[in-house]
Amino acid sequence: MSDIILKAANLTRDFKVGGSLFAKPKILRAVDDVSLSVQRGETLAIVGESGCGKSTLARMLMRLIAPTSGEMEFEGRQIDRAEGRTLRELRRDMQFIFQDPFSSLNPRMSVGRLVGEPLETHAPELPAKARRSKVAELLAQVGLRAEHADRYPHEFSGGQRQRIGIARALASGPKLIIGDEPVSALDVSVQAQVINLLADLRDRLGLTLVVIAHDLAVIRHMSDRVAVMYLGAVIEEGPTDEIFTNPRHPYTMALLSAIPVAEHGHTRQRIPLTGEMPSPIDPPSGCRFHTRCPFARTDCKTAAPPLRDTGTAPGHRAACHFFEEIAAEAPPPSAPQDSNRTDAARARFALYAEAIAGTGTRPRETT
Amino acid sequence: MVLTLVQSAPSPSAAPLLDVRALSLGFGTSKTRLLDGVRYSVEAGETLCIVGESGCGKSVSSLAIMGLLPQGAAHIHEADIRFRGERYDLNDMAALRRHRGADIAMIFQEPMTSLNPAFKVGDQIAEAVTAHNDVSEAQARDRAVEMLRRVRIPAPEARMNEYPHQLSGGMRQRVMIAMALANDPALLIADEPTTALDVTIQSQILDLIRDLQAETGMGTIMITHDLGVVAEIADNVAVMYAGTIVEAGPADAIFNDPQHPYTIGLMSSMPRLTGPRERLTTVPGTVPTVETMPAGCRFSTRCPFAQPVCAETPPQREFGRGHRALCHFAPLDDRLERSA
Ligand SMILES: Nc1ncnc2c1ncn2[C@@H]1O[C@H](COP(=O)(O)OP(=O)(O)OP(=O)(O)O)[C@@H](O)[C@H]1O
Ligand SMILES: Nc1ncnc2c1ncn2[C@@H]1O[C@H](COP(=O)(O)OP(=O)(O)OP(=O)(O)O)[C@@H](O)[C@H]1O
Ligand code: SF4
Ligand SMILES: [Mg+2]
Ligand SMILES: [Mg+2]
Repeated sequence: MSDIILKAANLTRDFKVGGSLFAKPKILRAVDDVSLSVQRGETLAIVGESGCGKSTLARMLMRLIAPTSGEMEFEGRQIDRAEGRTLRELRRDMQFIFQDPFSSLNPRMSVGRLVGEPLETHAPELPAKARRSKVAELLAQVGLRAEHADRYPHEFSGGQRQRIGIARALASGPKLIIGDEPVSALDVSVQAQVINLLADLRDRLGLTLVVIAHDLAVIRHMSDRVAVMYLGAVIEEGPTDEIFTNPRHPYTMALLSAIPVAEHGHTRQRIPLTGEMPSPIDPPSGCRFHTRCPFARTDCKTAAPPLRDTGTAPGHRAACHFFEEIAAEAPPPSAPQDSNRTDAARARFALYAEAIAGTGTRPRETT
Repeated sequence: MVLTLVQSAPSPSAAPLLDVRALSLGFGTSKTRLLDGVRYSVEAGETLCIVGESGCGKSVSSLAIMGLLPQGAAHIHEADIRFRGERYDLNDMAALRRHRGADIAMIFQEPMTSLNPAFKVGDQIAEAVTAHNDVSEAQARDRAVEMLRRVRIPAPEARMNEYPHQLSGGMRQRVMIAMALANDPALLIADEPTTALDVTIQSQILDLIRDLQAETGMGTIMITHDLGVVAEIADNVAVMYAGTIVEAGPADAIFNDPQHPYTIGLMSSMPRLTGPRERLTTVPGTVPTVETMPAGCRFSTRCPFAQPVCAETPPQREFGRGHRALCHFAPLDDRLERSA
C-alpha cells in the first residue's frame, strides 16, 4: 500500500545569470524536469556532486522558492502555487534543517527563543508557561538540557548547534523534514551522534525525511531510497541497498568507485572520470553525462536517455541508453570487504561498543 | 633470506627526512599547551598522514614547522626537530624562509588563500621559481609550463595566462601543487588538499600526488580528517586528538590493529559503504577546549574506559614497528575486563 506524502512532477527551475547593459542574461537550468515521490515514513536521500542542483531542488520541495515549471503535491494538496494560509500550513508540516549550523541561527537570540519562535507562529494560543515547558521538552528530545535555553548559539559546539537547529525544526510538529547536508559540516565523531539522533527522532515521531548529502557512506547509512543527480537531473533512483550493490548508471558507478574506503589494503575497481562537471548554462546535448562517460557511444551525443526501469529491483530506474550492456562489461562494485582487523582488534572494538552501550569495564587484576 | 632481511630493514644510520621529536606550543597567555609533545617523522619517498578532527591542531603543527604562525602570537614551549638529520630551529626565521618553498613546500587547505587573484597563474608559478633560483624569466616560465603539464593540466601554455578565478576548484588545486613542486622540494606538506573537492575530483588529485611522489621521491605529510583518504595513500599514520598524537604507526597497524580508544571510537563512528547498516557506535561528548582541557589523558573526558588513573599523564606504549599509543590501558583487550 503506497502512501505518498510528497510528490513532484517535472520540476524545473531556471535562474538568470550574468545579465548586463550589453549582454542578455543567460538561463541557467539548475533543476531540469525532476519527478519524485516520497513515501510517508521513509527516508529519501538525494545525492550528487557540488552544483548538481540538490539545494535548489530541496528549496523547491519546501516551497522556499517557486518552480519555473512543474507540479507538486503535499498529502494530495497542490502546493506549487501555494500562498498565504496554505503556505503557512505547509511550513508547519514541512521543516528544513540547514547545512551550516553556524550561520543558520540568529546569534542574538537565546536558544529558548530560537526553539520557541516557531511555536509562537504555529501555536500562538499556547500560554507562555506551556511554551517554556514545550521548549524544554524539545531540547530534551535532541539531547540538550533545559538550562541550555538561556544560552546563545556561540556558546555551543557545531554538533550542539545542529541539535538546536533540529529542535527548532521539530517545534511546529512537522510531518516531513528536509535536511540540506545536515551533517556535512560536522566532524566524524559528532556526525555519528547527529545521524543517530535523526534516526531516533524519525522512529519515535514517525517522521518522513528527505536528506541531501554528497557523502555516499552517510547516505547509505541514513536512507531507504536514493536519487542520484547529475547536472540538474535525476539520473538514477532506487532502493538504497540496490543502488549501492547494483548501480546501473555509469555516473553512479564512477561516484561509488571514487570514494576512498577507510580500510587498509582495500583495492577497488575504479571507473575513472575525466574532466569536471560541465556548466548548467550550456549543458551537453543528448545524455548530459556523455562528455565524461567512459562508456559513451555516438548515440549518446544526440539522444537524451529517459529514466527507465532496470528490471533488477522494484523502483530502480536509470537514465542511460546502454545500461544493460554496460552492466555486463563493467567491473562489479566492490564486494563487501571483510575487514582485515586482527582478532585482538576485533575484541577491542567489541569492548568499546559495549562500553559505549553502558557495560562497565575495569582494569584487569594483574597476578 | 638473511639478505632480504638486511635489504628491507632501514639502515639505522639513515636519518628521517623530517623528525619532529617533540613540539609543544600555546597561544597567548594560556598555560595550556595547544600542542603537547607532538612527535612524528617522515622518510623520503614516504607519505605520513596526520589525521584528526577539526581544531585538534593539525594545521597549527604544520604552520609551526613552516615558520608561518602569526609572529608573537604563539609561544613555543619545546621544539626538538631535525631536518635531514640536522637541527631545525623554529626561532631561526631566516633559515625557515630559505627552506620554505625550496626544500619544504606546502599546499594549503583553501587554494584561494595562497593564489593571488590579481595575477595570472603562470606568473605566480614562475615567481615561485625565481624566488629560490638564479634563472632568467624565460627559464622560469618554461619551468612553469612544464609544471602545469606535470600536474596534468591540458593546454598548459594557454592556462599560463588565466587568472585563478577562471579555474575550477580542481584546477586551482592542481596549480597549487604545480607551484609547490616547482623547486623539487624534498618534503611536501599538504594540508587537506582535497577536502573542498568533490569525490571524483578528489580521486584525480590523490592519484596525481601519488604519481608525482613516485616520480620525485619526495617525502609527503598529508593532513586530513578523512580516514578513507588515509587508507588510500598513507604509509604511516599519526592520529591527533586535542593537540597530542594519541597513536601512530604503519598504516596497516593503525587500520587493522588500532590501540587507542580514540582511534577505535573514530573508526566506529564512520558510516560504512558495505556491510550491515547498524546504529553507529559513537564517541560521546565534544572535544575539550583549551580552557576545559583535562589533566593527564586529554581523551579522558570522552573515553568510555576512563579510570581515576587517567588523570595522570598516560605512558607511551609500544607495539613494534614504530606503532605506539598514548593510553594507560593499551592494549585494551589485555588490560581491561568487563565489570558486569
Ligand atoms: N540564486 C541563484 N542564482 C543563480 N544561479 C544559482 C542560484 N542558486 C543556484 N544556482 C546555480 O544552480 C546550480 C545548482 O546549485 P545548487 O546550489 O542547487 O547545487 P547543489 O547541488 O546544492 O551544490 P552544493 O553541493 O555545492 O551545495 C549551480 O550551478 C548554481 O550555481
Ligand atoms: N593564531 C591563533 N591564535 C589562537 N588560537 C589559534 C590560532 N590558530 C589556531 N588556533 C587554535 O588552535 C586550534 C587548532 O587549530 P588548527 O587550525 O591546527 O586545527 P586543525 O586540526 O587544522 O582543524 P581543521 O580540521 O578544522 O583544519 C584551534 O582550537 C584553533 O582555534
Ligand atoms: S547514456 Fe551514454 S553517455 Fe550517458 S551514461 Fe549511458 S553510456 Fe554514458
Ligand atoms: Mg547545496
Ligand atoms: Mg586545518
